[in-house]
Amino acid sequence: MKSHTTQSHDHIDPNSKEIPLDWFKPLEGSSDSSNTVVRPSLSYWKDAWIRLRSNYIAMGGLIFLILLGIMAIIGPYLTPYSVSETSLANQNQPPSSTYWFGTDNLGRDVFTRTWYGARISLFVGIMAALIDFTVGVIYGGVSGYKGGRTDNLMMRIVEILYGLPYLLVVILLLVVLGPSLSTIILALTVTGWVGMARIVRGQVLQIKNYEFVHASKSFGAKTSRIIRKNLLPNTMGPIIVQMTLTVPTAIFAEAFLSFLGLGVQFPFASWGVMANDALTTILSGHWWRLFFPAFFISATMFAFNVLGDGLQDALDPKLRR
Amino acid sequence: MIRYILKRFFMMILTIWIIATLTFVLMNAIPGSPFNEERTSNEAVQENLERHFNLDEPPIVQYFIYLKSIATLDFGPSIKKPNDTVNDLLARGFPISAELGIIAILVALVSGIILGVLAALRHNGIIDYLAMMIAVLGISIPNFVLATLLIQQLAVNAGFFPVATWQSPMHMILPTLALATGPMAIIARLTRSSMLEVLTQDYIKMARAKGLAPYKVVIKHALKNALMPVVTIMGTLLAGILTGTFVIEKIFAIPGMGKYFVESINQRDYPVIMGTTVFYSAFLVFALFLVDIAYGLLDPRIKLHKEEGN
Repeated sequence: MKSHTTQSHDHIDPNSKEIPLDWFKPLEGSSDSSNTVVRPSLSYWKDAWIRLRSNYIAMGGLIFLILLGIMAIIGPYLTPYSVSETSLANQNQPPSSTYWFGTDNLGRDVFTRTWYGARISLFVGIMAALIDFTVGVIYGGVSGYKGGRTDNLMMRIVEILYGLPYLLVVILLLVVLGPSLSTIILALTVTGWVGMARIVRGQVLQIKNYEFVHASKSFGAKTSRIIRKNLLPNTMGPIIVQMTLTVPTAIFAEAFLSFLGLGVQFPFASWGVMANDALTTILSGHWWRLFFPAFFISATMFAFNVLGDGLQDALDPKLRR
Repeated sequence: MIRYILKRFFMMILTIWIIATLTFVLMNAIPGSPFNEERTSNEAVQENLERHFNLDEPPIVQYFIYLKSIATLDFGPSIKKPNDTVNDLLARGFPISAELGIIAILVALVSGIILGVLAALRHNGIIDYLAMMIAVLGISIPNFVLATLLIQQLAVNAGFFPVATWQSPMHMILPTLALATGPMAIIARLTRSSMLEVLTQDYIKMARAKGLAPYKVVIKHALKNALMPVVTIMGTLLAGILTGTFVIEKIFAIPGMGKYFVESINQRDYPVIMGTTVFYSAFLVFALFLVDIAYGLLDPRIKLHKEEGN
């Protein structure tokens, strides 16, 4: 490079006002390679996925949950026993080759019941998260997008609901409605969506003032389009994290309600109901009846929590290295 | 500040009123009303109910009488226990529950903060990973699982502790541990993350540069500020501890308020459910109110009256 410039200097007539054209020749070897895109461009989601993939603990949680989901579907069919089939001859059998997780005090197969319980517990958790998502996103979205007086009024209502003690309201509702699968989900979501609404509203308030939203508006986009195309995709990160953390909360709440006798009722059996039924085994030594449901509640909550933490890190562009 | 306190106070009264009204409406919505004669076991009970709820009056009058009784902290009779009122049960059970709850919350605070600070000071070290592993496990393992595990291992198998009830300090260790672990884990995580943030601030560098002893920097300068987020979640933690006592008292057969509450749910003793719910809610809402005010007093950077709407 140096030789090139000194060379051209020799030809210059110091009195000329013209700049010689060969000064403007591109440098040797400096083609446009610096401007070509070598790697494929990464979307937000691809980028998040790559970061999540390198987080082994979170991936462990995800894999556990996928396996759990598969077992919840096929698990009950792997044994010849049904969920509620009792057998007086086989009460409290320890785990063996015939009863893989043992049997309970009515001779029911714990292995079958564990996966059946997984269905119920996961169903309660996922439904609660989905309902919270739907109500929370609509409520928070409208509140944040409208702003002003509407926002003020809607947030006052949220503030009051937020102040109500969550589990006490749930208990009260279930005492009145009577516990069943649908009333439990209903009770868990009556005030459960408030957290989601607050998160969505905060995000929308922030994002609606960004330039790309103004640009979209000035191109004449309708409100519905702005919400669908501009606001929602950009709030999805925190929403997904919140949903991941709602599922274990709901699973725990259902188990907690089972302990108060307000869990899902016969013939259904959730992990919480199984654990509560097995409480008496502390003294009798039939540990398997308590161990399996308790283990799967804890492991599932653990998996959802670490996955939620991992997603939180992966979906936050500010934490990008 | 005064305006803020007044506003919070008004919100608190409003919340308690909503809970009380909700309770009243829900209980009256039960098919065949819990106060019907078929539901009650004997005449003394029916008389108690009549006297307290004035069942011969129209519902709206009943409602105002009910509100008045709550305002005067009279929570009504029990259906299943003819000789007891909700107030009797509260007087008997609440001190025990309060004892359990206060010990648990102190244990959770102290151990959670220590764990969080250690983790932050040894960021990405072995202590950090260990502490956070304990924290995630503490959040994931439900308190009833932990409680049964503790009873089975330390009381039944090893025989170190008594299995149940609430008599000597030895009886208190297992229930307290079972109740405190969850909140401890939450406090530890929160303390760690806010400590990590505070430790990068300029005034910490300044304090270090002045040559202050490391423990003084940590305790006087860093921890004081790092604990603010912990104060904000005290209300939530308290609610968790309170509902936790229902399960823990049931498992350990502790004769506290939580046990009576669970009993009343199982026996569908509606006046007790009503009274206890309102009492618990009022207690929690009041605690939240105190936490909010404490937060305002502790952190001079926050101008409380500007906080609204956020």
